[in-house]
Amino acid sequence: MAVLVGNHTKLIVQGITGREGLFHATGCRDYGTNVVGGVTPGKGGTVIEGFPVFNTVRDAVEKTGANATMIFVPPSGAADAILEALSAGIALIVCITEGIPVLDMMKVKRVLPDYPGSRLIGPNCPGVITPGQAKIGIMPGRIHLAGNVGVVSRSGTLTYEAVGQLTALGIGQSTCIGIGGDPINGTSHIDALKLFNDDPDTHAVVMIGEIGGNAEEDAAAWVKAHMKKPVVAFIAGQTAPPGRRMGHAGAIISGGHGTAAEKMKALEAAGITVVQSPADMGNAMAKCLGVNV
Amino acid sequence: MNIHEFQAKELLRQYKVATPDGRVATDAEDARQITKAYGGKSVVKAQIHAGGRGKGGGVKFATDPDKAAELFKQMLGMNLVTKQTGAEGRRVYTVFISDPVDIDRELYLSFLVDRASSRITILASTEGGVEIEEVAEKTPEKIVRVAIDPAIGLSAFQAREVAFALKLEGDAFKKGVIFLQNMYRLFVEKDCSMIEVNPLVVTKTGDVIALDAKMGFDDNALFRHPDILAFRDLHEEAPEETEASKFNLNFIKLDGTIGCMVNGAGLAMGTMDIIKYHGGSPANFLDVGGSATEDAVMNAFRIILQDKAVKGVMVNIFGGIMRCDIVAGGIVKAAKEIGIKVPVVVRLEGTNVEEGKKILADSGLNLIVAEGLEDAAKKIVAATK
Repeated sequence: MAVLVGNHTKLIVQGITGREGLFHATGCRDYGTNVVGGVTPGKGGTVIEGFPVFNTVRDAVEKTGANATMIFVPPSGAADAILEALSAGIALIVCITEGIPVLDMMKVKRVLPDYPGSRLIGPNCPGVITPGQAKIGIMPGRIHLAGNVGVVSRSGTLTYEAVGQLTALGIGQSTCIGIGGDPINGTSHIDALKLFNDDPDTHAVVMIGEIGGNAEEDAAAWVKAHMKKPVVAFIAGQTAPPGRRMGHAGAIISGGHGTAAEKMKALEAAGITVVQSPADMGNAMAKCLGVNV
Repeated sequence: MNIHEFQAKELLRQYKVATPDGRVATDAEDARQITKAYGGKSVVKAQIHAGGRGKGGGVKFATDPDKAAELFKQMLGMNLVTKQTGAEGRRVYTVFISDPVDIDRELYLSFLVDRASSRITILASTEGGVEIEEVAEKTPEKIVRVAIDPAIGLSAFQAREVAFALKLEGDAFKKGVIFLQNMYRLFVEKDCSMIEVNPLVVTKTGDVIALDAKMGFDDNALFRHPDILAFRDLHEEAPEETEASKFNLNFIKLDGTIGCMVNGAGLAMGTMDIIKYHGGSPANFLDVGGSATEDAVMNAFRIILQDKAVKGVMVNIFGGIMRCDIVAGGIVKAAKEIGIKVPVVVRLEGTNVEEGKKILADSGLNLIVAEGLEDAAKKIVAATK
């Protein structure tokens, strides 16, 4: 049944009356996601493109039974939107918004353990998709194929690249999780790997990391100790100069740490198949699975 | 975003964090007058964003007002090379004159956002005036770390812990605790990403003073700090990066020969990596983003081609939100309006890919079309050899 998202998902969209919010609410519905409504404070009681709009997340949950939310609220209010979703008891919170101040996310991260029934994905991420069932996010659904490879990534388009390669080889995906490119996020590589490890429908995992921080090194240690399934990894930013933020707020080599070389070394030492070229992610997975290509 | 030392000290003063008296000199005569006012001696400091200024000759002691004027003239407009600037160095546009202090001890103090713990963390050490990386390597036991709970803020006991670790005593201890608390308030209220005070000094009279200050701010939070944004110094940015930011393009100049135009930060890094993997070298990082227009794509091309070292361009688009037909339209527009004289390899995938390919085919432009990421990288490397 894959992880996080599926036929059981009842999704609301926070910021549904904004241009992007509405566009992607419709995109998710078109893919087959059960989108039950949206939230925009002050526009409660209206209906937009067939979606009922509520003033608060709590209202939306009471009236629709929503168990997931997708956040498109602008950066200045996005952390507050996450807190509102947590407070309303939403189980899966996917925050797409890019550009949230890091000190705002620090507060969110501080209170996350107070809501053990909720999981935050992102922010600054493309979302989560279980091919053939449902998607919560901005990824193009049609490049995906239902199957048994889990994908976890800090990047959006690089994930599409991996998925595109897998699908072209006839290798389907169980669930693809974009954990986002910010320095402080809700779900880490390790969290995603744990979910895949416990999921009987996931047989192997593609993990895409990038420079900055040490989440990949932590994941490597975890894989070595606990992972029962093969992992193929790519780290973006092998050619990135130190001290520069490469697009993502979290993608920066600082004080000589967080380099791709360090991460690749740690991953390899954990028995993970690390590809040097991003064009080889699909082929390496095919080899892992014994698929003829 | 980073700011200059003189700006950082202005903020420290706003928050009642002790720093030596100091002013920006407008000309050599001003430097002389300021030094006179400081009792005839001063420290003359070149203002650039890079560290290592002292060793590069950008910080000098003036033994009298005439010397200060002379140093001012030397520094203004000089190309200051430090180990952080690279060989090309940075031009000095501002010179800061600082009142010298009688130093008893030099310490190290910084506040930063620690990703692993998701907390603001204080690093402090009795080993000041040297690089903290060096201390961390040789004598890590001399660095004390204190992580601050964002829900509570810097507790008094934590400030005391740091002050004790810095071996502050008596009056200096009390002043150190207040120094730390004020600095934390500044960090949070202005959305800093880093404040480094190296050295933090204890004077012979028992004052605790920030002799130098380096400050960085969270770009994502600048929308709520117009006062900080006003500190932005375009001299410190590569001109093409400033220009790219006007079109919401995320551009970083590198020193290779293959220009890259990509959507998405991760794929843009991956594109640089695969160019290198096949024996080429990327000339830039460029993320056109998810909502770029034809004009933005055209301007991206213009900015990439401004770099005379560029021998070819690789366009790599995996359209999710970004539509391939818009990218194709932008390429055609760029070719018509600015002319493209180097080989261009185009790899389009995803949303509206067929429409995009048709626009390129119908344009009659001499473009190299690639199927897939590897094919594109191989073709651009071959075309620029």
